[in-house]
Amino acid sequence: MSRLASLVQKEFQQFRRDKKMRAIVIVAPIMQILVLGYAANMDVKDVPLAVYDQDRSAESRDLAAAFVSSGSFLLAASPQSNREVDETLSSGRAEIALVIPPDFGSRLEGRGSPSLQLLVDGSRANTAAVALAYASSVASNFSLRYAPAGIRVSLPVETRTRVWYNPELKSRVFMIPGVFALLLMVITIILTSLAIVKEKESGTLEQLIVTPLRKAELIAGKLAPFVIISLVIICLALVACYLFFGIAPRGSIPLLFLLSLALVFSTLGIGLLVSTIARTQQQAMMFSIFFFMFPMMILSGFVFPIANMPAPIRALTYLMPLRYYMIIVRGIFLKGSGLELLWPQLWPLLVIGVAVVSFSIARFRKQLD
Amino acid sequence: MKGRVGALVRKEYRHILRDPGTLGALLVIPLFLLAMFGWAISLDVNEVPLLVRDLDHSAESRALAAAFFASGRFTRVDDRGGDTGASLDSGRAAATLELPRGLARALGRGETAELQVLVDGSDATRAATVIGYIEGIVLRFGAEKLALKAAGSGRELPGALDSHPRVLFNQELKSVNNLVPGLVAIIIIISGVISTALAVVREKELGSMEQLIVSPLESWELIVGKTLPYATIGLVSAATVLTAGSLLFGVAVKGSLVELALMTTLFVFACLALGILISTIAPTQQVAFLASAMLTLLPTFLLSGFVFPIRNMPVVIQALTWLFPTKYYIEILQALMVKGVGIVSYWHQALGLLVYALAAASIAALRFARSRGR
Repeated sequence: MSRLASLVQKEFQQFRRDKKMRAIVIVAPIMQILVLGYAANMDVKDVPLAVYDQDRSAESRDLAAAFVSSGSFLLAASPQSNREVDETLSSGRAEIALVIPPDFGSRLEGRGSPSLQLLVDGSRANTAAVALAYASSVASNFSLRYAPAGIRVSLPVETRTRVWYNPELKSRVFMIPGVFALLLMVITIILTSLAIVKEKESGTLEQLIVTPLRKAELIAGKLAPFVIISLVIICLALVACYLFFGIAPRGSIPLLFLLSLALVFSTLGIGLLVSTIARTQQQAMMFSIFFFMFPMMILSGFVFPIANMPAPIRALTYLMPLRYYMIIVRGIFLKGSGLELLWPQLWPLLVIGVAVVSFSIARFRKQLD
Repeated sequence: MKGRVGALVRKEYRHILRDPGTLGALLVIPLFLLAMFGWAISLDVNEVPLLVRDLDHSAESRALAAAFFASGRFTRVDDRGGDTGASLDSGRAAATLELPRGLARALGRGETAELQVLVDGSDATRAATVIGYIEGIVLRFGAEKLALKAAGSGRELPGALDSHPRVLFNQELKSVNNLVPGLVAIIIIISGVISTALAVVREKELGSMEQLIVSPLESWELIVGKTLPYATIGLVSAATVLTAGSLLFGVAVKGSLVELALMTTLFVFACLALGILISTIAPTQQVAFLASAMLTLLPTFLLSGFVFPIRNMPVVIQALTWLFPTKYYIEILQALMVKGVGIVSYWHQALGLLVYALAAASIAALRFARSRGR
């Protein structure tokens, strides 16, 4: 046991001396939460709007005002011809254009159905769809308000919509816990694989092998420090989430730590696996990025919904520890879920962890022989 | 002189060919990503799991519920009783709809019936779209009832506002159309910045750089010789992705191919300059890798408008996006590929890229020459 302790102590000493590593562990979580938190924002608000008002009536001005006061749109241009409308959209000065025909006001007063035209720049498919939905709802609400006197127009069915977990519909509240999960995965895989491959590269791993350390002790001693380091990363990331964005988990923080260890267990296993394959730090980094981080980033449900993927790819996502952890983190942050709701995510995470760790330990042992 | 550069280029190619891992990463990974972006992932909001609790059990309430599932946007989730919110907690449903008792009666009397809708707002973008779908369906259902009633009583209804929405540039609103430009930029960055920086720093680490320096090669010959192979790989890889994107996913280049080639060359030039610049700063491959990943890969994903709209970012971060070449290139690519417009529409981005490339190249050349002591 004291042999193991001295190995762990050595690892920490090495870590303390390595300024670069220290910077990665301490600065990276805070920086990433900060930059990603501010940048990863898909809210559809202040969409630049161009209004081509051919009518110039009180009603048409009212309609344009209704768009702007909805908060989703910002008046960016007032083109005076169809050609100018096209130009504002193709240059990107506006992403949505409203064309009000000359007879809009008079039709609204009761002669025929008023119409208008909405043009949307679809090059960003996702936000375009939402912007279009907002614009249509502004338009239909406007027409209800402008019904001629005498007829009480109230729709026979109305919706009373409540939004749970994220009532202001801020995309940040959803993205930041995701960044938290991503961060923990990336840092633990990189640190573990680099630390072991570095000893391989510099030849010091052989020195460790000829010491009286048992193999199990060697592996445990190499991995244990990273468990502690990952706890530090979680703390830093949690504090950064709260300080910069006021986002704190709704659920239990001790539970978050506990379940995070389940993820760290499998990512340390992946790091160990990478270190048994790669000969140089360079290769270790390439392997971790291309074979583990990229696929997990894309297929874990971090940005792209798993439900939208075709069946074979969806089956593949079940192999990714991050898929389960993503749901766990978002559950604890947004919904305040407890263990009973998260158990269906936890057990596959543990099964994967045990499988990866035992496989990579077996490979690593063989290399030590 | 040509012979000397040629020899260096040949040496560099041999290095690349001997390292199949790197070559594979440069040529295969982009195609893998394209396949993922084209087939596997989409941000479309479809098949939303919806729990409908019908407390009215009338023909009207069943018709309204049927309207939801007939829209093709929703899939039905079984009602297991208890609080409807529990199905959101467990994630079985993304939205619930409660049709109140007395719905049919209210409709018959001309009163307004209130539907209770509960939406999981975790993913704000999706939730906003789901709310839009629900309101649209309810609005249509209500308008039909209203029209029926008005027709029955012989009154005339005010004309409903008819908005003709038309989508320009990406009519089907397919995400792959705006992902391909981002992918092309990523590929060029990986081979242009990261591989170039690593190739130069590797020679520094191994000490073979000194051998090159004492050779009769001029600074510019050294730079051209080291960067040319990576520029070619980057361009070949980008062309492969463009071709595959057009053949497999129908993401065709709508604008001028000549402009595309010109702008891409300019971007490759800017990337190579950045790669050389990083190599003059980084002492080891590890630092070079981290620096180039931080300076190029991450900003390409986050700060170029590729995934997240730039206008949503705080001013400080918006200013930051100007410091990376990808922002200009991705906007140019979107203009050329998706919108199919010419340089008149994107000249300020092109100018930005040009200035960026020249600045990066001069700083890199200065630092490189100084590090050689010539």
